[in-house]
Amino acid sequence: MSIGIEHYLTVAAMLFVIGIFGIFLNRKNIIVILMSIELMLLAVNINMVAFSSFMGDLAGQIFTLFILTVAAAEAAIGLAILVVFYRNRGSIDVSDVNVMKG
Amino acid sequence: MVIATLAFYLFSAVAVVAALMVVLSRNPVHAVLWLILTFFSAAGLFVILGAEFVAMLLVIVYVGAVAVLFLFVVMMLDVDFTELKSGMSKYVRIGSLIGLVILVELVIATSAWVVADSAPDMRAAITPALDEMQNTVAIGSILYTQYVYLFQAAGLVLLVAMIGAIVLTMRHRKDVKRQDIVEQIYRDADKAVEMIDVKPGQGL
Repeated sequence: MSIGIEHYLTVAAMLFVIGIFGIFLNRKNIIVILMSIELMLLAVNINMVAFSSFMGDLAGQIFTLFILTVAAAEAAIGLAILVVFYRNRGSIDVSDVNVMKG
Repeated sequence: MVIATLAFYLFSAVAVVAALMVVLSRNPVHAVLWLILTFFSAAGLFVILGAEFVAMLLVIVYVGAVAVLFLFVVMMLDVDFTELKSGMSKYVRIGSLIGLVILVELVIATSAWVVADSAPDMRAAITPALDEMQNTVAIGSILYTQYVYLFQAAGLVLLVAMIGAIVLTMRHRKDVKRQDIVEQIYRDADKAVEMIDVKPGQGL
């Protein structure tokens, strides 16, 4: 009963699908949407590290570092936009975003 | 081996359940805390995979920075979250349908997938054996040589993100008195003191 790469891919697939599910479920709440995107990026990272470990190629782990970097930058910018949006509008409802006049 | 198997199932079960709770929980503060638990479990999975540097990085960057940033924002904004949750049940059906379709597609793709015979020859950076080089040393030895330009580009991405976040959130409030250093430096006695000749017996 050894753990193969398929096990890790399954866990990553489940996390990815939960992320997509979260985006659909919390259509209005942009904070939870950002968290769901983080979950999906985490699933990608698990795939990367699993392949890196099982194929014996270190480049996958290097790539994981860059995904982490981009995820952190994306979270910072996304939350900054969220704060500005909240200051202007007083809510974080995504359905308000399509009103152009700020 | 048994311990590694048990640990894998423990970490992956905790990760999946915590991820579900991130999506489903009503209180966003709880959602952030569940997200932290998910990241910790994923870090555990990375340790089992032998990628301990990435695991520690996940704990430091995600739990230490990203999740805490989320926590700050959630606590800073005074948002009525119950109102935002109101339409949730409307999307459960379509969301689970699409999620199920993607899950089935992923399972089909992974079950039909095999490693090509030529794949081991195409590796970009072969992992050195553990007794000759540790994981962190191995990553460092190729990150700063083979991937140094990408590493610098990642630094630029973070710089742009930092400047962008500051520019976006900084605001100048008009109703607050601020120190104007240039004005203070160029202030002299002629401007600061006004001499008034007051005649005796009269006020100003």
